[in-house]
Amino acid sequence: MDANMITPFVNAIQNVFSTMFQLPVEIGEPRLKTNRKATHDVSGIIGVSGVMVGTIVLSMPLEAAGSIVTLFTGEEYEADSDDFADAVGELVNMISGNAKAEFQRKGVSISCPSVVIGADHTIALQSGVPCVLIPCSTDCGEVVLEVALREAEVEVSTSAAA
Amino acid sequence: MKILLIDDSKTMRNIQKSVLKQLGYTEIEEACDGQDALSKIGAFNPDLCLVDWNMPVMDGLTFVTTFRQTNKTTPLIMVTTEAEKSRVIEAIKAGVNNYVVKPFTPDLLSERITETLAKCAVGS
Repeated sequence: MDANMITPFVNAIQNVFSTMFQLPVEIGEPRLKTNRKATHDVSGIIGVSGVMVGTIVLSMPLEAAGSIVTLFTGEEYEADSDDFADAVGELVNMISGNAKAEFQRKGVSISCPSVVIGADHTIALQSGVPCVLIPCSTDCGEVVLEVALREAEVEVSTSAAA
Repeated sequence: MKILLIDDSKTMRNIQKSVLKQLGYTEIEEACDGQDALSKIGAFNPDLCLVDWNMPVMDGLTFVTTFRQTNKTTPLIMVTTEAEKSRVIEAIKAGVNNYVVKPFTPDLLSERITETLAKCAVGS
């Protein structure tokens, strides 16, 4: 995967975490993910379509996710509550949208977020799309941004991407 | 001052509500998508709407286009992750009066709300 596709996500997670709740993010060395197992117990997932296709996942250990959601919302939610999932979904939504604005190619759409919570879940990504794992260190714990993207094989109309 | 918040994320609506309350606005109604907003807007009759773009059922742009067919004056602020210039232009053409990109600081949102209400008051 082109490094130009990764940099926007690095910038986006740092921007979202610092702007919304003043949490600095230190970025580790990105690496290829080689299995389908979720890195951590909480996954916020966004689908990407248009001139690029794939999936963005914000993967967090339960404890780190709890601390981050509390910073974000000002509330302490149970991990199985709708409010907790909503906050995780909004985080990955903002990260993906922010990154998308930096893409050189226009005409990329993102889906509404989905959130999966539970130990050892798997995320079935589209076949043939490499997934780059970006480790992120915060005072709330280690989280990971997983970026699985490739250019679409068929050019689509950008006007259909809203 | 009555304000309608249209966003599928309750988290985001709560954050916006908190900013609005700090500005002294307490008469707030919430809608979780464009269709929900259209069903509430007649009875609530807001003085300002904050509207997200990407939502299930009916997105924000469709809401703005539909609403502007019958209402040209109520100020609308798009609050969204859609940050590309082309999207901002698309939203303004559809009829929004101002645009805020997520993530935002409370100060930025406050500033845009105040600015929009002032501009629309002058224009009316």
